[in-house]
Amino acid sequence: MVKTSQFCTFHVDEFLFGIEVEKVQEVIKHLEMTRAPLAPRIVTGLINLRGQIVTAIELRRRLELKDRSSDSSPMNVIIRTDEGPVSLLVDAIGAVIDADEESFELPPETLKGISRELIRGTYKLKNKLLLIIDIEKALDISVS
Amino acid sequence: MGENDEIIKEFLIESNENLDRLDHDLVLMERNPSKDILTKIFRSIHTIKGTCGFFGFSKLQAVTHAGENLLSLLRDSRLTLTPEITSGLLAMVDAIRQILAKIEQTGQEGEADYTVLINTLQNLQEPGASPQPPEPPAPPPDAPAPPTETQPKEPPPPPATPPKGTQNTQAMGEQAQAVDKIIEAAELHGSSSVSDTHIRVDVGLLDRLITLVGELVLSRNQVLQFTSTQENTAFLKTTQRLNMITSELQENVMRTRMQPIGKLWNKFPRVVRDLAIACGKKVHVEMEGEKTELDKTLLEAISDPLTHAVRNAVDHGIETPQERAAKGKNPEGQIFLRATHESGHVNIVITDDGSGLNIDRIKQKAFHLGLITEEQLEHISDREAINLIFLPGFSTAEKVTNLSGRGVGMDVVKNNIERIGGTIDVHTEPAKGTTLQVKIPLTLAIIPALIVRCAGERFAIPQPNLLELIRVEETHQSIENIKGVPVYRLRGNLLPLVYLDRELFKDDPDYDFNSIVRDKINIVVLQAGEHQFGLVVDSVSDSEEIVVKALGQHFKSLTIYAGATIMGDGKVSLILDVMGLALRAHVLSDTENKLLSEKRIVKEETASHDNRQSLLLFQSPDRGRIAIPLAMVARLEEIPSSSIEKAGPLDVIQYRGEILPLLHLHQILPERRKRLRNNETSAADTKNNMLQVVVYTHNNHSIGLVVDHILDIVEEKIERQSPGTREGVLGTAVILGHVTELLDLKGIILTHAPQFYGSAPDQKEKTNG
Repeated sequence: MVKTSQFCTFHVDEFLFGIEVEKVQEVIKHLEMTRAPLAPRIVTGLINLRGQIVTAIELRRRLELKDRSSDSSPMNVIIRTDEGPVSLLVDAIGAVIDADEESFELPPETLKGISRELIRGTYKLKNKLLLIIDIEKALDISVS
Repeated sequence: MGENDEIIKEFLIESNENLDRLDHDLVLMERNPSKDILTKIFRSIHTIKGTCGFFGFSKLQAVTHAGENLLSLLRDSRLTLTPEITSGLLAMVDAIRQILAKIEQTGQEGEADYTVLINTLQNLQEPGASPQPPEPPAPPPDAPAPPTETQPKEPPPPPATPPKGTQNTQAMGEQAQAVDKIIEAAELHGSSSVSDTHIRVDVGLLDRLITLVGELVLSRNQVLQFTSTQENTAFLKTTQRLNMITSELQENVMRTRMQPIGKLWNKFPRVVRDLAIACGKKVHVEMEGEKTELDKTLLEAISDPLTHAVRNAVDHGIETPQERAAKGKNPEGQIFLRATHESGHVNIVITDDGSGLNIDRIKQKAFHLGLITEEQLEHISDREAINLIFLPGFSTAEKVTNLSGRGVGMDVVKNNIERIGGTIDVHTEPAKGTTLQVKIPLTLAIIPALIVRCAGERFAIPQPNLLELIRVEETHQSIENIKGVPVYRLRGNLLPLVYLDRELFKDDPDYDFNSIVRDKINIVVLQAGEHQFGLVVDSVSDSEEIVVKALGQHFKSLTIYAGATIMGDGKVSLILDVMGLALRAHVLSDTENKLLSEKRIVKEETASHDNRQSLLLFQSPDRGRIAIPLAMVARLEEIPSSSIEKAGPLDVIQYRGEILPLLHLHQILPERRKRLRNNETSAADTKNNMLQVVVYTHNNHSIGLVVDHILDIVEEKIERQSPGTREGVLGTAVILGHVTELLDLKGIILTHAPQFYGSAPDQKEKTNG
């Protein structure tokens, strides 16, 4: 039997990203956000998640991709961390995917810059490449 | 104690385990007497006795010793177990429990008297004395022990046979109940055992409870907002109840984290005693309001500052017994601590009856340390001088020991108190003593805050930092610019201004500062440490109770925020950290010397390279506009025209004990005045006979310029300047959309009152003569 891992997937720009399913607390629609002036650029603001104050991180900015067009509203992928939940803003949510361990590969050479730091590896799916985000690094602004 | 604490703790745990087993074993033995069980019981008691002897707990030893003797007789079959003996032994177990509990709480055995119990146990050792009344075997801990000899024997003795039948067990049960009742009664009376009315709860759990209650408060607020649009009375009643219950719940949950200040104060008598002996002083500590409660975290936070303050009082405040006797004071000094609740705050007062602060010495010290200038040394008020002790660097260890006032590390004390939103104040009376007043909030989790708006977002400002709110209609009040720092003149003091949007969105390319037109501004006057500054915001909303929540890891380096909160509508708002904001905006460094005289700052203003200038606008005789730099204006005065006197060629008035020469603007700018001049003067004369005088001061001499009508004070960038078209005018500029002439005040004075600059004293003589 082939060992598989479960990933919560989502789309950002033209890419399909995945995060280990156990690290994802929940996925929610766009929530009203409070701007946080002077915070690091990747922080888009603060949201109220049932009474908890959660920092929202714009994954596009973190991965140094172009900003999302203003007419589409992002989704929140709430990540569990030791210091409480953090929200990742993504374009759209994909399915939960079982990926074969055998299809795992290190990040492709074509990935450049920050993405290379933050992508742990890839799974070759039938018609698409699933990029696995190293969420600890992605949330740590000292990694660049 | 120290190391012993650990051993005692182990002893307590072990003994309590033994006792639990003893209870069980004793009851078991009632039903089924067995040698094995008896041996076990004997061993348990023996172990406790041995260990407590080692720690020197003599009462516990006496009790266990009596029990052990009784048990050894039973073990050796020289005595048969009777219900009396069993209840005696159970009473012993209870007594041991009591003592152990006392040891756990206080480290001491306590005051309770156990002689009755010991005598009972001894009496039980004699087979003849076995019939016993159901006498209270364990006397109430705090009740005086009744004399042993006069044990009442009234109630009929229960059968002295070993418990076999149901009857006996029942009797035993009754007796046990009686014992329980007695113990219960004892607890109700005296110092009830805390373990029965209190439970230990993890602080983490309490924190979670507080968070949840915070949420409930917010939800309640949302519901209340919603009710304003509802008319269903049943619903309104329900929400009212919800409101009340929530408030009460919040209050009580907050109280779970409350601890009495006595917990901290208890160590002071010892600290004071030790220090007093070291200093060769006699000091007595008195306390009031030890039961005043405040949040656990706050209590921890004030522990060091208060200890410091108390030590200071002993070390520097209280004099030696000889000095005190010489002054006619009680040789024993007094330190008085008082804590009280006052509208959401705890007031802590630390008073000593020592020598008080030596204000002159403080001033000298501050001067020598370069904290104040010579000029300030003379003008500084006593109140301000006292506050010098809170300046960082005012005193570093050795330097201060020869200063008879206090002040060792008072800046640290102040900082610690302010960090938790508190304030500290000193009052002193020479030879009478010093009082330190500390005011701290009850809790940090829920604070009152002012909600302000800036750039479409709401921000919360903690109420303790708030001094006042000012609304400035810019057309009437001026915002000046000093060294690039906008300032507002608040009752004669310069208040540096911080524009919140400029601070927050300085680097935001999307934020368009030019689009913001402020004809009126809202200033929130804030206190940051020693300093005050004005925060300019777009609008000021309500004051609200907010629940402080921590921000995530990405905000760690941002000192400008103290946290965030969720508003009534469910949106998040950031809480501003006033100190962090002040540091970021650099208002502290500029006002570090807030004692600086205003004049000096004004001088700096003229030297400033900023091309924005504050200007005084007035009407020229031909109803045009004229401006002079505000920096040149010493004062504006209104004088009755009747007070004008003649002195040689000049008009003069008596002004502040001097003679003030006057120049009339309408005489100086004659060129175009013919048209309207008659009109103007007659209007001024008939209307109110009051003249507007702009006073200009140079080298301690003043000269007045009489103008017709003062229009405004504005801050303007002077642009599109064209050269002057007539004498006495430097040029023209567009100010507030009007062509305005810039008056050449110095040139005018040189022309019309040349003696003013040259030899002013001569002029005085002239005018006198």
